[in-house]
Amino acid sequence: MSELRLRDIRKSFGQIEVIKGVSLDIKPGEFVVFVGPSGCGKSTLLRLVAGLEEITSGTLEFDGEEVNELPPALRGIAMVFQSYALYPHMTVYNNMAFGMKLAKAKKEDIDKSVRDAAEVLQLTPYLNRLPKQLSGGQRQRVAIGRAIVRNPKVFLFDEPLSNLDAALRVSMRIEIAKLHERMSDVTMVYVTHDQVEAMTLADRIVVLRAGIVEQVGTPMELYETPDNLFVAGFIGSPAMNFVPCTIEGTGEAGVVRAEGGKPVHTHVAIPESTKGAKGTLGVRPEDLRLADGGEVIFGGTIDIVEKLGEVTLIYVKVGNHEEPVLAKLGGIVDVKRGATVELAASPENLHVFDQDGKAFARQRTTSH
Amino acid sequence: MARMRRRKGVWGKYMVHLSVVLIVIVWTVPTFGILVSSFRGKDEISVSGWWTALTTSEHNVIGRAKSPSDAVEQDGKYVISGNLLSGKGYVTAFGVRIINPTEFKAGDTAELPGGGGTLTINRDGSYRLVSDTPFEGSTGRRIYYTAALPPSFTLANYEKVLTSEGIGQSFLNSLTVAVPATVIPILLAAYAAYALAWMRFPGRAVLLSVIVGLLVVPLQMSLIPLLKLYNGVGDFFGVPAKTYLGIWLAHTGFGLPLAIYLLRNYIAGLPNEIMESARVDGATDFEIFVRIVLPLSVPALASFAIFQFLWVWNDLLVAIVFLGNTEQQLVLTGRLRELLGSRGGDWEILTTSAFVSIMVPLAVFFSLQRYLVRGLLAGSVKGG
Amino acid sequence: MGHLISAAVTIVLGVGLAAAYFYAANKILDIIWPPRGPAVQAARNQKISATIRPWLFLGPALLFLGLYLVYPVIDSIRLSFFGRDGVNFVGFSNYVWAANDQQFRESIFNNILWLIVVPAFSTAFGLVIAYLTDRIWWGNIAKSMVFMPMAISFIGASVIWKFIYDYRGEDSPQIGLLNAIVQLFGGTPQAWITVPFWNNFFLMVILVWIQTGFAMVILSAALRGVPEETIEAAVIDGAKGRHIFFYIMVPQIWPTIAVVWTTITITVLKVFDIVIAMTNGQWNTQVLANMMYDWMFRGGGDFGRGATIAVVIMLAVVPIMIWNIRRLNAEQAER
Repeated sequence: MSELRLRDIRKSFGQIEVIKGVSLDIKPGEFVVFVGPSGCGKSTLLRLVAGLEEITSGTLEFDGEEVNELPPALRGIAMVFQSYALYPHMTVYNNMAFGMKLAKAKKEDIDKSVRDAAEVLQLTPYLNRLPKQLSGGQRQRVAIGRAIVRNPKVFLFDEPLSNLDAALRVSMRIEIAKLHERMSDVTMVYVTHDQVEAMTLADRIVVLRAGIVEQVGTPMELYETPDNLFVAGFIGSPAMNFVPCTIEGTGEAGVVRAEGGKPVHTHVAIPESTKGAKGTLGVRPEDLRLADGGEVIFGGTIDIVEKLGEVTLIYVKVGNHEEPVLAKLGGIVDVKRGATVELAASPENLHVFDQDGKAFARQRTTSH
Repeated sequence: MARMRRRKGVWGKYMVHLSVVLIVIVWTVPTFGILVSSFRGKDEISVSGWWTALTTSEHNVIGRAKSPSDAVEQDGKYVISGNLLSGKGYVTAFGVRIINPTEFKAGDTAELPGGGGTLTINRDGSYRLVSDTPFEGSTGRRIYYTAALPPSFTLANYEKVLTSEGIGQSFLNSLTVAVPATVIPILLAAYAAYALAWMRFPGRAVLLSVIVGLLVVPLQMSLIPLLKLYNGVGDFFGVPAKTYLGIWLAHTGFGLPLAIYLLRNYIAGLPNEIMESARVDGATDFEIFVRIVLPLSVPALASFAIFQFLWVWNDLLVAIVFLGNTEQQLVLTGRLRELLGSRGGDWEILTTSAFVSIMVPLAVFFSLQRYLVRGLLAGSVKGG
Repeated sequence: MGHLISAAVTIVLGVGLAAAYFYAANKILDIIWPPRGPAVQAARNQKISATIRPWLFLGPALLFLGLYLVYPVIDSIRLSFFGRDGVNFVGFSNYVWAANDQQFRESIFNNILWLIVVPAFSTAFGLVIAYLTDRIWWGNIAKSMVFMPMAISFIGASVIWKFIYDYRGEDSPQIGLLNAIVQLFGGTPQAWITVPFWNNFFLMVILVWIQTGFAMVILSAALRGVPEETIEAAVIDGAKGRHIFFYIMVPQIWPTIAVVWTTITITVLKVFDIVIAMTNGQWNTQVLANMMYDWMFRGGGDFGRGATIAVVIMLAVVPIMIWNIRRLNAEQAER
């Protein structure tokens, strides 16, 4: 069991500050995912937790004790690297046993721990092989096995699935989820740039951008109530549509008008002071449908139609807006390029962001 | 508990710095030694270690006062005065008898043995011999003193070595051998390397294996047959067997395997697409080679050139065998070896000559080190 | 001065000639089999030129290699079966002589010593120094200093170290650094290069001094190539500096260590300058390379015996040659 606490962690490389004050509380046994675009600092943050980099300022606490000065081997952590980092000249058995051998553990203890871990990951037939004789997926499992043997309090994953092909990635994702279930008292911190991994594996997600935490929340919280434009556009695939709008009505259920569209009601609470101001209207492609008499948000000409069988994607040019709006319609819909359409969505699915990109508070619907 | 295990910090780093400093000292001291010695006078070298020359150190000196004919009369006494030092250093002690050369401190007045008067020597080296009776003899009296002298250096060795010991001539000889012996292999190897890298022909793999094999063939295998050959050719055409042309060609032959190997590896690593697009543009192999491959290969050519230059400049064996031992033809390395034999006791000549002979390689080394390193790494490190 | 001018002329001529040869050869090829013109003909011509051209490019180089390396190897082997002038066939008598000659045996013994000590120490020192210097900010300067002796000729190095090993009589002040240090610690100065058996090692020190830099440069590059993450994983596993060095880094660079070791071995077999300068084989320091040189010129030159010794040296090199070629072929297969 280990509770992690990050208090105003900062990290600079020379003059450049890459982590600019991150504070987090991670509960024992939680599976937390750090996600964000390249260069946002998520890997650096993970390495700070591991002890592979030094924290410039701020405190890191494991179970209430400050560990800033502790070397990695003494923090009770285990790490799975993106490139597996297996020792190429040692067998699978020795790779997993290395740490315990260094600590001069008893031979029987080492053997038991290694074989137990191998059992869990179905590696027992490969114990005497060298890494180069294994497939990518098997190597990744050895890397995980090596981490399990350490019996850590905190499990760290640094983009472990990035080097695998798509199909393998899916099956390994499930394995990691099962691992978390089996080791439910071990805290896991996982770094990825893939928001699908984040959404499926995490108890909570930490969205990072340029060294700052943009939002922390459960996957559904981030999906339904993103705090700002960045998080809204990052979570969810295909990404949320953003259209500039003007605020026409304030109050509990604000009214906005999208550029080139009509005024629509939303379930967003907009303060009085912003009446008349410009903002951004956000609506997810899966929430858009062809208008059938109800409130129309906007209309435009269809630019591209992509029929995938399961869904139909239409790209609609709305008003003067450069970016086409993407609507994800269920099933096979018969629409042609060049046709004009009108798009609508339920008011509860509309997001409104102010001029600085911050979201106005939305009423969350329980049935979604 | 967590506090007790502080992260290993300064202490470990400190040890690393210290060890490296020691290693560097050990590695540079030998060369430094002859550098310092080459600037010392002949007598000093044979008497004291070169490290003593670096600091103001104490020396026991046997000096001589001015001769009695320089005595002057002062206040009814006979005085000889002068200065033992030439403006540098200071006297710490002196003596009048050889068995006790440090009997008196500087500034004291000593009784001369045999009642010949007194001797005063001051710290600055000035002395006064005072006697009631006139001084006898024609030569000045011996004075034993200890003086602290600052380091003194001289260029005399260099003058001597560069002009009269034949070093100057040998330097030119080495240059004459080295430059063509560096340029010619490059010409031949570049074409061969390109062929091996990018052209298709039967036996390419075998040829490459042969060249790699030839890389390690010891020079010794080639000497006798080639010497016989050169002698034969010389007799046949009535020309001397040991000529500059002969040694240029020999070094070319010996240097080709390495040249071809290095250049081939480099050229094979050039992006395929550039050459293919040139081919699509209608260029012939020859044009591709001259206009594209050659300009792009300059780093590799430079690396090999430096390698070969150093190797030829520093070579002794090939020079002796193919160029001979005559006065006019000795290269620097040969000259140095000859000096070791004939002037083995004259350290001032040896150290200076040695340093002159290594000056050029060192200059080349320090200015072009990067290319030399790159040449070494090509093919030695996996994937490098 | 006259020679310098002729050297300059040669270079210009050489470059000109080479360029002219290649250009002319290609031109002639293109004239006989024009690569342009009617498509079918042009294609055929290009094919023919493409088969001939490689040999044009390779020709001069192959000529030199054949004359200066291949032919001599064969001829040396041949000469070892002949007498001193290379005319009278004597069968194996040269080899018999070698086997029984006291100096030859001494050389073999010494060479074996050299072959064990020098590559091992040079590689070990090179490895350690590479590791240490990679960890400090002034590492490159330090590396330069250690590498510098490689630029010095063997004979220059011999003078340098002869100065260190110098011996004056016991009562005189010592000017050789080694004896001075010995004296400082209260020992008696020695004439180091004459001390039986141990003098070999004093000579070996010189070659180690030179070759360590070479080993260091290559091994440093190899160490840098070890994936950083395997080291980090080891750190997390609790490994300290020396564990990482021995268990993680060194095993991953074994192939490079082997290359360095064998390359230095080749150099050791060839070295004759050091021995000829320091002792000329006296005091039991004789080595094969020096002995061969000796016989080449002794009493007008005994080619038979000289060639015999050369062949022996070559035999020692052959295993390495085979290994290198195998390695080359493996690498080519991987491409």
